[in-house]
Amino acid sequence: MELLWLIPVLPYLGAFLLILVGSMISRKQVPLIGAGSIGLSALVMAVVGIDFLSSGQPYFQQTLWRWMNVGGLDVGITLSLDALSLVFIFVITFVGFLIHIYSSEFMRDDEGYPRFFIFMNLFVGSMLMLVLAGNLVVMYLGWEGVGLCSYLLIGFWYREEKNGYAARKAFIITRVGDTALAIGLFMLFQNLGTLDFREISTRAPEVFTLGSETVVIIAFLLLGGAVGKSAQLPLQTWLPDAMAGPSPVSALIHAATMVTAGVYIIARTHVIFELAPSAQLAVATVGALTLLLAGCSAMMQYDLKRILAYSTISQIGYMFLALGVGAWSAAIFHFMIHAFFKALLFLAAGTVIALLHHEHDIFRMGGLRRSMPAVYWTFLIGAASLAAIPLVTAGFYSKDQILWLALAGEKGNGWLFTAALMGAFVTAIYTFRMVFVAFWGEEKTHPTHHAGTAMILPLVVLAVLSTFAGFIELPHTLGHVQLFTDFLKPVLPEVSLNQSLVHEEWIVQIGAALFTFGGIYIAYLFYIQQPHLLPPVKTYFSGLRKYWLAGWGFDAVYNALLVRPFVGIATINKNDVADRLSDGMVAITNYFHRLFSWTQSGIMRWYMMGIVIGTIMVVTISMLINA
Amino acid sequence: MVTFYIAGSVAVLATIMVITRYNMIHALLYLVISFLAIAIVFHVLGAPFMAALEVIVYAGAIVVLIIFVIMMLNLKQESVDQERQWMSKKLLIGPAILSVILLAELIYIISTTESGAIEQPALDAKAVGLSLYGPYVIGVELSGILLMSGIVGAYHLGRQKKKVVHRFLEAQEH
Amino acid sequence: MKPIPVEAGLILAGILFMLGLISVLIRRNIIFMLISVEIMLNAAGLAFITAGARWVQADGQVMFIFILTMAAAEVSVGLALILQIYHQLKTLDSDAANKMRG
Repeated sequence: MELLWLIPVLPYLGAFLLILVGSMISRKQVPLIGAGSIGLSALVMAVVGIDFLSSGQPYFQQTLWRWMNVGGLDVGITLSLDALSLVFIFVITFVGFLIHIYSSEFMRDDEGYPRFFIFMNLFVGSMLMLVLAGNLVVMYLGWEGVGLCSYLLIGFWYREEKNGYAARKAFIITRVGDTALAIGLFMLFQNLGTLDFREISTRAPEVFTLGSETVVIIAFLLLGGAVGKSAQLPLQTWLPDAMAGPSPVSALIHAATMVTAGVYIIARTHVIFELAPSAQLAVATVGALTLLLAGCSAMMQYDLKRILAYSTISQIGYMFLALGVGAWSAAIFHFMIHAFFKALLFLAAGTVIALLHHEHDIFRMGGLRRSMPAVYWTFLIGAASLAAIPLVTAGFYSKDQILWLALAGEKGNGWLFTAALMGAFVTAIYTFRMVFVAFWGEEKTHPTHHAGTAMILPLVVLAVLSTFAGFIELPHTLGHVQLFTDFLKPVLPEVSLNQSLVHEEWIVQIGAALFTFGGIYIAYLFYIQQPHLLPPVKTYFSGLRKYWLAGWGFDAVYNALLVRPFVGIATINKNDVADRLSDGMVAITNYFHRLFSWTQSGIMRWYMMGIVIGTIMVVTISMLINA
Repeated sequence: MVTFYIAGSVAVLATIMVITRYNMIHALLYLVISFLAIAIVFHVLGAPFMAALEVIVYAGAIVVLIIFVIMMLNLKQESVDQERQWMSKKLLIGPAILSVILLAELIYIISTTESGAIEQPALDAKAVGLSLYGPYVIGVELSGILLMSGIVGAYHLGRQKKKVVHRFLEAQEH
Repeated sequence: MKPIPVEAGLILAGILFMLGLISVLIRRNIIFMLISVEIMLNAAGLAFITAGARWVQADGQVMFIFILTMAAAEVSVGLALILQIYHQLKTLDSDAANKMRG
């Protein structure tokens, strides 16, 4: 377990090595370093994980060195391993490794091949720092690191202006969240005197009373930070545009890992949220609203990656919902399963887009189940998990647990449950709309070549995980296996159930299954069986369609309210006072330069005259002084 | 003492003539007169050796040198016309004002400091020689170096390289 | 004989100096400038002699010898330079040598 520090350091080393020699080594060797570092990190993770599990202690902390000790804040570079961070580093390293293998072939023809792996390694290193941090300061370090790498990777193809715009948009919006997080950190330190997670967990209940103003404010600020990074309401507008980056980037950052940082921080500081019930309710509400909003938007999108982006926003809404009702381990379970199937979906989508010459519009695809069978079957498994088809997919077990606990948890209520149920319905619709339109039907664009092993293998592995990884947590009615929750129990308290509803669980499950199948059937009806039914529905709802297509108009509102005034002020201020000052100095200097250079005319008599004038001045002054 | 004032006024008048001539040689001749007058002033002030030196070195060597160079330049009548053209009356105003100011200040300073009379014992060559090779012998050395550098500099700067053209190009030139 | 007041000698030197100064400032011909500088040097030497005679010390005369030496060296070098200028620029106009200007 002493090797814990290697887990984040190995990707950083890989990035550093690639910075030094990346442009000098051959194309084949670049992924060896790039993916190899992540692979090694995964290996170390496995060793450390096994060691940790067999030792039986609840946590392990390793301080590398003291970072700063100033004004009462004693912060070290501390890595702490417990069940929660073990889950996260498992997902990050393992899924990250698969995605790196995939991108070794996907990005092979790109001119920025080494640069890609440098940024990806930096990202994985920072994300690992984020989840392994033992205190909030080191976590904030990782937080900022992943934000930066997200910017670098979204704008990876920097020659296109819109990619840079999307990258800037992502960075600036998450910055708003980061500021809230920083203020929350300051307040936490001010009240508790420490930023170490374990100490926060013990001191917070002593210092704060339940529902006191300070702790509510702190919780809301932490929520603000989480909302920014996880693309929830109201800061969700950056994620659909972030699809401008390469597909492996979308898979790693915007599906599996970075956007779940918000979930992580709320789970990590759950003590604060338990002390601020209104904030926790806000978490659940944000989650519920977001999942509905994003789901409806996803139904109207025609860009394959944008559907998946809105789907990510929606699924993270489920995780927030779970966190909000106190179902901490359910949220983390859904995170893990979601990471598997969403990464799978993004990688498969990337394969489809690459093989169809960068065609993103699903209505210009079709019939791909015959021409790309491997991709089709893996995509289908991922989609099934997303839609939570009962019993055979992992997604069913995780999402169902959230649905159940939204109703039956101690803090759950009917509204949240209804929202989640509607969300499940909408999820099924848009997921299978995607499958049917892109993969069934007749072929509109023909794929030119086949994907290589490096791209298919991760898809297969992720598909297997999306199916079987759910079996570690079965609900009460189906065997009551609670491996995952038990595993997380030392860190995250178990959710307490509203006892009156315990026996109704199977009703909820049947209902959810019905909604899922209903959604699939509607998609089938409108897109495969009787497509002529679709146009009249489309025209009837055309206003609503446009509204949902633009993500409920958030972009337009932000543009008008925030962006345009700010740009206007900046344009007015282009020749601002500070500029004028330095320009003025330049102008004055120039003026005097011209003035004085006029005296250097090269004519000797001028110079003599100068000497004489100087002499007169000196004599006069000495005369006056001595008079 | 009368001699002093007469010689002084001759020197001033000669100098005024020097600075207003258009012909170089005329100016130099008036300069010689000015130097001679100054030599008389030196003698009256009790420095007979300096008077002799003034005549020999200043009037006899330096002015002659300048005359030689002027002759070497082979200037014709047009230089006199040129000078007439260049020296205009209105250029006189600025320098005149400045110089008058400086002169006024100088006179003021001189007249307000303590005055004394000049004794008559003349310091002859012996006294000068004792002083020169006594405490001020280093000045003599430095003067030697200065004159040496003057000789070397004058020789080097005065050299004119003849442009040697190859015979083939010479044929082309013609 | 009444002793000569030292101010008279100094004022004489001053007047000669001023005349040389005026001449330097208004002449364009290089040789005339050189002549004017000689006038100024001579005037300075006169001032030294006067001061030496006032204190009845040989120092003033020693200084005059040095000034004389220096004037001789300076004239020889200066004339060599004037020859070069005439050779290069074909004129004795001091304004013609004004390439070094800002």
